[in-house]
Amino acid sequence: MQEAIISKAKQLLADGTVNRVIGWKKGEFAYDITPAIFESAEEIDAEFVYDDFTSANVSKYLVKESKKEGKILAFLKPCDTYSLNQLTKEHRVNRDNIYVVGIPSDGKLDAEKIKAKGITGIIGVERNGDTLKINTIYGEETMPVSEAMSNKCLSCKSKKHVTYDELIGEDGEVIESDRFDMVEKLENMTSQERYDFWKNELSKCIRCNACRNVCPACTCENCVFDNPDSGIQNKAASDSFEENMFHIIRAFHVAGRCTDCGECSRVCPQNIPLHLLNRKFIKDINSLYGEYQAGEDTTSRAPLNDYTQDDCEASIVHERGVE
Amino acid sequence: MQVNDNKEFQPLIVAFCCNWCSYAGADLSGTNRLNYPTNVKIIRVPCSCRVNPMFILRAFQKGADGVILCGCHPGDCHYTSGNYFTRRRMTLLFSMLDFLGIERDRTRVEWVSAAEGAKFAATMNEFTEAVKKLGPNRRLEDLRCRKQ
Ligand code: SF4
Ligand code: SF4
Ligand code: FES
Repeated sequence: MQEAIISKAKQLLADGTVNRVIGWKKGEFAYDITPAIFESAEEIDAEFVYDDFTSANVSKYLVKESKKEGKILAFLKPCDTYSLNQLTKEHRVNRDNIYVVGIPSDGKLDAEKIKAKGITGIIGVERNGDTLKINTIYGEETMPVSEAMSNKCLSCKSKKHVTYDELIGEDGEVIESDRFDMVEKLENMTSQERYDFWKNELSKCIRCNACRNVCPACTCENCVFDNPDSGIQNKAASDSFEENMFHIIRAFHVAGRCTDCGECSRVCPQNIPLHLLNRKFIKDINSLYGEYQAGEDTTSRAPLNDYTQDDCEASIVHERGVE
Repeated sequence: MQVNDNKEFQPLIVAFCCNWCSYAGADLSGTNRLNYPTNVKIIRVPCSCRVNPMFILRAFQKGADGVILCGCHPGDCHYTSGNYFTRRRMTLLFSMLDFLGIERDRTRVEWVSAAEGAKFAATMNEFTEAVKKLGPNRRLEDLRCRKQ
């Protein structure tokens, strides 16, 4: 895949379709692949990477990049195309300035899961069917691929690209996923159990703001969390109220716009299952206002920008589920 | 939270009332000399959809034990559709609070028109009683704001 992507990038640069490419390069370690911009074939040859650890969604970078001079080439996995579509719908990107090449994805790996098995010093991995061969500085290790798969890919919702100018490989289908299972499990707990669950999770938050910064739906230039008068700007939450407030508001601000790309949970250094909050909103929206998948198209109205005269009343919350 | 002489728990209730219907409804219940608990502190807003989720959270932070939002009946909003948006927004917010384990009976939305003074008083009585039963808000309070 990497070769195909690199030669496509070089070809489009050479024929002048684009003047920049957004892709990925290696970070400090083999597994912290970071988004990067390339302007020439030489730079691409030297640094461009696309491998099993390349999970970063580059759509958000296009908010700024697409406003610059000339076209930019972006390689998007199926889930990333939903983010881009949503940004296009909200007029946050200039879609005409982006050349999208859709690339297939068979799931990305989570280095933390490999490390949790006691495997360290990772220098590379190789997938052989269901087994994963891991090269480390201490030698070779193996483990099942499924155990190293990142959470967001385990509950993948679609292998279909919703926007692209060109595809490498075959397009996939929207798939059935079990992404709401955990939400449902929580809904069936008592309110005290839920409270304890979240207190345990949210109290780990160090307010690094990574979840907000990475989110392709979070693109306001002036964010409530940066307001110096809000009393909650960029500092570690000093009590449980602030933890709750940050997470409720973060999730609420992307409600109806969150494509469930899973980036927020992926980047959280504290492994807080943030996607559960977003999925709760998605699940509620689906059940109360009709099925809605953010980013699926660029014309439909977002559920919170819309209403019908016979929407349910808020009291529905008091009537259903477990107290 | 306030504690009166016989030590019965007195909740602090914040009621956001839209200017055009519910606030006038509260007024009417006053001029009709209907009783509603003094626990209720009314905050007037131009329209129910002026209330953003942060307002509700802030009220809890500053010591409210229950928060109720009142607006015009659906279809009667002074700005045509404000309360329809409020309805979706608050449904999702309350559902999220419930999901986080915050007692669902501490929040409510009620439509009260300017002619419904009696409904306003009845709603406030009922809501205050319900919150009284739950006791002080502990799950969504800011310890630094607690008044002892
Ligand atoms: S909230 Fe999380 S899952 Fe949703 S769009 Fe943002 S980063 Fe993706
Ligand atoms: S990424 Fe995790 S630790 Fe950082 S602010 Fe978000 S939830 Fe908190
Ligand atoms: S003016 Fe009363 S709800 Fe909009």
